Amino acid sequence: MAKVVEEKRVVTIVFAGDSGDGIQLTGTQFTNTSALFGNDVSTFPNYPAEIRAPQGTVAGVSGFQLQFGSVEVYTAGDICDVLVAMNAAAFKVNLPRLKKSGTIIINTDGFNAKDLRLAGYESSPLEDKSLEDYRTISIDVTKLTAAALVDSGLGKKEVERSRNMFVLGFLYYMYNREIAPTEKFIKEKFAKAPHLIDANIKVLKAGYNFGDTSETFTSRYNVKAAKLPVGTYRNIMGNQATALGLVAASQKAGLDLFYGSYPITPASDILHELSKHKNFGVKTFQAEDEIAAVCSTIGASFGGELGVTASSGPGIALKGEAIGLAVMLELPMVVINVQRGGPSTGLPTKTEQADLMQAMYGRNGEAPMPVISASSPSDCFDAVFEACRIAIEHMTPVFFLSDGYMANGSEPWKFPTTDELKEIKVVHAKERKQDDPEFLPYKRDERLVREWALPGTKGLEHRIGGIEKEWDTGNISYNPENHERMVKVRAAKVARIADSIPLQTIDSGADSGKVLVLGWGSTYGVIKTALKECLEEGLEVSHAHLRYIEPFPKNLGEIIKKFDKVLIPEMNNGQLVKIIRDKFLVDAKGLNKIKGIPFSTPEIVLAIKELAHA
Amino acid sequence: MTTDTAEIKLTPKDFTTDQEVRWCPGCGDYSILKQVQSILPETGVNKEDIVFISGIGCSSRFPYYMDTFGMHSIHGRATAVASGLKIARPELSVWVITGDGDSLSIGGNHLIHTIRRNFNMNILLFNNEIYGLTKGQYSPTSPEGKVTKSTPMGSLDHPFNPMALCLGADATFIARAMDRDVKHLREVLVRANDHIGTSLLEIYQNCNVFNDGAFEIYTDKGSKKEEALFLEEGQPLVFGNDDNKGILLDNGTPKVVRLDDGMYTKEDLWIHDSSDKHKAYLLTTFFDNPSLEGHMPRPFGVFYAQDRFRYEEAMYQQLDLAVERKGEGNLDKLLRGENTWTVS
Repeated sequence: MAKVVEEKRVVTIVFAGDSGDGIQLTGTQFTNTSALFGNDVSTFPNYPAEIRAPQGTVAGVSGFQLQFGSVEVYTAGDICDVLVAMNAAAFKVNLPRLKKSGTIIINTDGFNAKDLRLAGYESSPLEDKSLEDYRTISIDVTKLTAAALVDSGLGKKEVERSRNMFVLGFLYYMYNREIAPTEKFIKEKFAKAPHLIDANIKVLKAGYNFGDTSETFTSRYNVKAAKLPVGTYRNIMGNQATALGLVAASQKAGLDLFYGSYPITPASDILHELSKHKNFGVKTFQAEDEIAAVCSTIGASFGGELGVTASSGPGIALKGEAIGLAVMLELPMVVINVQRGGPSTGLPTKTEQADLMQAMYGRNGEAPMPVISASSPSDCFDAVFEACRIAIEHMTPVFFLSDGYMANGSEPWKFPTTDELKEIKVVHAKERKQDDPEFLPYKRDERLVREWALPGTKGLEHRIGGIEKEWDTGNISYNPENHERMVKVRAAKVARIADSIPLQTIDSGADSGKVLVLGWGSTYGVIKTALKECLEEGLEVSHAHLRYIEPFPKNLGEIIKKFDKVLIPEMNNGQLVKIIRDKFLVDAKGLNKIKGIPFSTPEIVLAIKELAHA
Repeated sequence: MTTDTAEIKLTPKDFTTDQEVRWCPGCGDYSILKQVQSILPETGVNKEDIVFISGIGCSSRFPYYMDTFGMHSIHGRATAVASGLKIARPELSVWVITGDGDSLSIGGNHLIHTIRRNFNMNILLFNNEIYGLTKGQYSPTSPEGKVTKSTPMGSLDHPFNPMALCLGADATFIARAMDRDVKHLREVLVRANDHIGTSLLEIYQNCNVFNDGAFEIYTDKGSKKEEALFLEEGQPLVFGNDDNKGILLDNGTPKVVRLDDGMYTKEDLWIHDSSDKHKAYLLTTFFDNPSLEGHMPRPFGVFYAQDRFRYEEAMYQQLDLAVERKGEGNLDKLLRGENTWTVS
């Protein structure tokens, strides 16, 4: 039966189920298919820390939210149009995210007496009158999946594991999507288990056909391709972009990449991705602990490679002493922190921006380091590439900050070609012959940068270490004047990096006005969305987003002065705001959210309006 | 290997730096420094291809006195730094200088993991059974009951047995020497350097300021013959004044016998075989407190040596295999990925 096709500009769907239900995979597949179709997409995976949290409980709910549209989207959406709930707990957790009159797709098999009890319901919410505000589509996904696989010879568990494909097929029908990309994915994923290929594709098609034949919809929805800037795109997740950025930097610098790391959520995916690219000379070393991860990286940097180590907050704390050593040694190294909720173990799978102070000041003594931050999944590529460039060209460890939201989120990426990438200049100290002047390991050029002297180079034999260095010679020195001079020069070296980075620009809004919203990190998308709304309403507000936090771009102070008020939204208790107040003596206001989840657009809009009208 | 033989024959003097050596007068470290400087010219490795990496402690000042590449890193982490360097530059000759506090206390984790990975490097563990640089606290190798600044009533810690610990971590080379027997130290240093894999050499080193005489029983002429057992490849285990004692295996249990009462001859004794892991385990158990009646003599020399694949070599094999399977990395292809779409 031909159905009416209704056009939509943007749609937000949240897939929710038990943490073993394959929710992340389902969401990722829908995202990739939509991106390939040409929609702009933005995603927000949200899952518990436990691999298999207690089944059926509220604590075990795994969610995957995505916004896709025929216009540009910058966030995973504030409220959802569609909620897919595989069980009662998933329904309970996510119903508040659904807009009134939204669509709920229910797996009725996940609402039996036990499911209701585990979710803390006394009676079935499906029978509640409040659901009349929504459009509910109830499907016994378990039963239909089992029916589709009745001749497959698969066991009950395997059948249940393919339920997610039924739901995915159903949504593909609902949003007029092709199933081919997912078919291709299934074939690759189960290449070693052909019987699962057949089963999963069968269920995927069954879900699709069910949408077609079941008369569930009076209309289907169409979300046209977005008018993104001209170019070729792929979909990319933040951690993946970070890994590719590292490979790209190593290639452009002509150095092998050494990646020393210890598994930790949410940074491990960078290790997984890099370990696939050994044919680029990438050496991944899974060390015995965080300290060995950073120390082996220092060893590799001393040996002449692009040394990179990564972790999340707790691991970065363990690496602190060694990072200080790298500051003293003045060797290139990139330290990646994919931030998560803290302190201590905190909220391992939730996002936060609370390690900025740790990156800036979290070492003993005066140990200045450049700090670079990415602002979205695809921006991780450019930002980490830039972190590598600064590390190599300025002979310093550099902090690169990502966070759980952008690390696991994805968006379309207009990827660059190799030729479009900046060159990274590597300069090594040259061999010394007998009559050449003596090699001075801590002699500096006009940028205050010392030479990278590789073991194996004749005449450059020298010793470096964590004890204070003597000016030029690098020998041990306890001389008071020398120590003060060295502390100052290490700080000046980092400050001078400001000469080689671009000036700060305004992302949206005018160059001056009432309110400047100054952000950093993964709040970029939501601030941009909020600005659009405020600008349309005629508010005098602008948005600048920082990539370089240490040192700041040279013109940041001037930009700030051109606004009456500065608003700094952060997913922490106020960190950048302290630095801005300290450096520029302005009465910047913080907007802080510390809930392990990103800001919503209305939260930012409201704060802007309050400040604009104050 | 890109190392070619030095054109001009190097001498120990070529390995000394202009830095003033700042160990206490009479410290055992001087003797070790001298022996290391004396064997390096014989290894045929160029100065620029040698790297000394240390942690923190008295012994860890060592790299400053060696005219090679060097890094004085942070407490306990020298083996971890050396591991990364070895992965980056497998052709370099890497030496780790560490102490009993540095490698067995704060850096214990890195030591055992480096050993199991079997990087081709030499670890010289200077054991003086005390914390010297912090002025005299007990260390993880100090004997039970040791009275120090931090243990006025005696230490409650049971000490580590470094040889047993390292063998337990599947070391491919373990040996023991002492600062005051320079001839033997020199021989074992050469063997440690010749071994391909992680060579762990424990060196008993006298701290004449905070723990003077800790190893006197093994170094003093009056007791050395009775208390120290020198292991020689293919030779019976003989010790004692006038070589009058030996060790045999009685149904697998080591037993000290006399060789001067006609009951046993050297033919009956345990023949040292450093490729025998079982015997090596037994040798590591010769760790009794020498004040106890009937204790075993303390072995010196190479306990165990075995050939096993080195981590860094295996890593490079994987890199080559990856290129063989997938071709040299093509960055444009990588950035592009598998699924793209075009907006025009």
